[in-house]
Amino acid sequence: MDLPARLAPFFARRGWSLHRHQAEMLERAEEPALLLIAPTGAGKTLSGFLPTLAELAENPRPGLHTLYVSPLKALAADIRRNLLTPVEELGLPIRIEDRTGDTSQAARRRQRADPPHILLTTPESLALLLSYEDAPRIFEGLSRVVVDEIHALAESKRGDQLFLALSRLQALAPDLRRVGLSATVDDPAEIAHLLARSPDPCAILHADPGERPDLSMLDAGRAPPWAGGAALHAIPAVLEEVRRHRTTLIFHNTRAQAEIFFHNLWLQNDDALPIAIHHGSLSREQRTNVEAAMLRGDLRAIVCTGTLDLGIDWGNVDLVIQMGGPKYVKRLVQRIGRANHRAGVPSKAILVPANRFEVLECVAAIDAALAGDLDGTPRGPGPLDVLCQHILIRACAGPFAADDLYAEIRTAGPYADLARADFEACLDFCATGGYALKAYDRWRRLLLRDGFWQLRDPRAAKRIRMNIGTIEDTGTLSVRLRSGTHLGEVEEYFASTLTPGDTFLIGGQVVRFEGLKEMTVEVTRRPDATPRVGRFGGGKFPTSVALTRRILDLIRQSSPDLPRHTADWLALQARVSRLPRAERMLVETFEAEDRWHAAFWGFAGWNAHQTLGLLLTHRMEAQGLDPLGFVATDYALLVTGLREVEDPGSLLDPRDLREGFETWLQGNAVMKRTFRGVATIAGLIEKNLPGSRKTGRQATFSTDILYDTLVKYDPGHLLLRVTREEAQRGLVDFGRIEEMLSRIQGRLDHVRAPHVTPLAAPLLLERGRVPVEGRGRERLMAEQAARLLEEAGLEDLT
Amino acid sequence: MNGTAFSFTLNGTAAVALPSGALLLPSERLLCISDLHLGKSERMARRRGVMLPPYETRATLDRLALDLDATQPACVVALGDSFDDLAASEALDPEDRARLVALQDGRRWIWIEGNHDAGPNAQDGEGHASLTVAGLTFRHIAEPGAAPGEVSGHYHPKFGLPGFGDRRPCFLLDASRLVLPAYGTYTGGLDARDPALRSLLADRALAILTGSRAIPVPLPGAQRVGQRV
Repeated sequence: MDLPARLAPFFARRGWSLHRHQAEMLERAEEPALLLIAPTGAGKTLSGFLPTLAELAENPRPGLHTLYVSPLKALAADIRRNLLTPVEELGLPIRIEDRTGDTSQAARRRQRADPPHILLTTPESLALLLSYEDAPRIFEGLSRVVVDEIHALAESKRGDQLFLALSRLQALAPDLRRVGLSATVDDPAEIAHLLARSPDPCAILHADPGERPDLSMLDAGRAPPWAGGAALHAIPAVLEEVRRHRTTLIFHNTRAQAEIFFHNLWLQNDDALPIAIHHGSLSREQRTNVEAAMLRGDLRAIVCTGTLDLGIDWGNVDLVIQMGGPKYVKRLVQRIGRANHRAGVPSKAILVPANRFEVLECVAAIDAALAGDLDGTPRGPGPLDVLCQHILIRACAGPFAADDLYAEIRTAGPYADLARADFEACLDFCATGGYALKAYDRWRRLLLRDGFWQLRDPRAAKRIRMNIGTIEDTGTLSVRLRSGTHLGEVEEYFASTLTPGDTFLIGGQVVRFEGLKEMTVEVTRRPDATPRVGRFGGGKFPTSVALTRRILDLIRQSSPDLPRHTADWLALQARVSRLPRAERMLVETFEAEDRWHAAFWGFAGWNAHQTLGLLLTHRMEAQGLDPLGFVATDYALLVTGLREVEDPGSLLDPRDLREGFETWLQGNAVMKRTFRGVATIAGLIEKNLPGSRKTGRQATFSTDILYDTLVKYDPGHLLLRVTREEAQRGLVDFGRIEEMLSRIQGRLDHVRAPHVTPLAAPLLLERGRVPVEGRGRERLMAEQAARLLEEAGLEDLT
Repeated sequence: MNGTAFSFTLNGTAAVALPSGALLLPSERLLCISDLHLGKSERMARRRGVMLPPYETRATLDRLALDLDATQPACVVALGDSFDDLAASEALDPEDRARLVALQDGRRWIWIEGNHDAGPNAQDGEGHASLTVAGLTFRHIAEPGAAPGEVSGHYHPKFGLPGFGDRRPCFLLDASRLVLPAYGTYTGGLDARDPALRSLLADRALAILTGSRAIPVPLPGAQRVGQRV
């Protein structure tokens, strides 16, 4: 199809012609659901809007025509600016506005009264809009919804919430057409299923694949260190690459690593190259400043995290550096695409392994990325906590019949197979709390009147609206200078470990902890001090199953792609002990530093190894092996204790492991953390009250207590079920343990080494050891307390 | 001091801090617990429309029953904020009420008034604003400059040993006063280093952590924490 006449001048003036997929998007604009898969830089977003511009140019009409949803507020604002250019140039009668958490109250009210033609928003802001009683009026004329970066949304609860919102939109505007814009994914059909009105089909369009990327591993001139994730050894080489390129994005996997790297980078940045830092714990002003400097072209590099995986198109980026193992091939490909965001130029990326194991991971990831072998993460059906929130949102908008809502929800891809019983359980939870003890008949939240469910107290709508969203609040505290300047956020847990005088890194500067004031961490600047390692939130994903398999293949084939130092290391391991194999479990036991160690080479990702560590040490405690703690990495679990594990096979019995998971593991901190997220999303607790915050002296209590209480008194409660299911897939990752067990089928190689083995040596150096709360630990704690008492000269008080 | 509790002397009276957060005066056969906040979930539902698991009263009474079994006191002092409010005391679930009556059976039971439950509550037992026994004065909120031997609650103190995980509810003790941890299940805590709390106690003070055993640790000096410059 040709470009509509009204739009042609805009393209002509720029010497542009339509991409094939853009023309196809115009041709197939009438499809009820259409998914476009395109590499970055292919003009994806414009493709999504062309049919809207064409329709409104030909047939101007008032009211909301197209809703655009993206995962990032910044994208919504950026797209608005980009769309305004053709609209203004061509004099089209189209009003475009964005609506996010940053939009003023006045603007939001106006948008509800008089919606623009194109509204750009986020899943959360859309959910909020749908909670208003006037939602039917706002959306009745809606023709198109465009979901940008749908592959990213599809991986999280934000996507589940969005797809539920689409089911609601479709009920309000039956002729609504859905368009999804996605980066390259391993399974387009799965995304298509989520996008379409279930069970209807969804057409898929593939844009031409871009140029083959230019990928390499950094040659830092020397072998990376044995352990750690900071990759400080690579700083001179990284600076050299920054110097050689126009603009570089330096990606890290965690905020803490980004901070440490950034701090050390500046200590060696002798040319004072303009390099900034960007991650989710920094204040919004700070991030906005960095983004603005980037747009102006003032920066040569940004040290960043996943917050820049997606985002506005910075055409000037010509190099991406991935620090550390990329963990997911899919994410690596996404990051690579951030460089040379123009068609016809290959993206260029350099991978920097931070330690020996990551050399393997980087080599495997480069192979996989070049082969287009992306790793999938099947998510399973839509989680019920998000469904509970959706029901509450629906109730805010007005009375509803259960049958209607159930039917509507089943048109959302993630909930296509939702059982009626599960729906009823969620509805009951929203109405009464869903407890076995029916305590709240007088105070229930939803009532059934004349066949319609509604809020008992309409004022509750305000509280429900304040709680909308599925992005987890990890419980962070604001870090401020005495003057009030906000520097960023740190996790509550990290803050609770600080004593006045401690120094840590935030925003690349070293600060000194002065005290906790209300909910604020007060600090002073201390540029001269050596920082303690910062611990922030920020995702640490386990290495994907597909990538792990490739790593095991590399080890087995002693691949020629491996650098000399790494090949030598593996060869030495083969001589001293054995090399790990996919179909067997290697267990090494040895004595070092007066402790016994057992390394379990499970290759199941660090989440699963952490769970395995909890399960195994629990069994070791029972067997009197006095475990003291363990370290989990993506490749292995290292357990440290006072005695040797002589029969590792007895610890790995699948039945015992499963039973341990079912019973005692439910008291674990990981389960409690998962519960906190679930309880917040489902609306059991409010985002701030009474979860993790306290205001002034009004003490509130932790959700851990709610979890323990439910486990003890109401073990069949809906939210416990949701927590278990989620933890199995996520933080606990029992699925990966099952995958490992079925891979090894009880085949065990136990090597009793005379000393630490080459492969296990790095594990001894890893940080983040998890202590075992056993008899030994409680004893150590009492001893430590006694020492402190003596030092303080306080024995007389005892 | 047995294996898990912590014994000390306050104003000449021997006392034992139990790992559960209860205080025992062996010479008086008196057990003291503070800040039970019974009926909290009911009050939350009534006041805020938040429907927390309605089991906290049961959970608190279950733990209290264990302490009563183990110590067989002749007298129980509930040191205020025993109920989340007086209406919550009225609205107590019949089963929970029966449970409480059974626990009270055969012993003297004293409700000290707290800020949440000022005035007579709906349950059996004596009500007092404060009480003096064996040289110790029991009141809900500590009074600055109180005579030595004051035992109070109210603040829900919490403290942790650096490097040993989460903060736990704790007793705070100096040469002249004791602050009890909150005993109720749905109770949060205030960090013992918070100026509001730390300033109540002398420089030389202990936090006695609760948990599987009562562990005394030094409370960081008042001059180092919460200081405003």
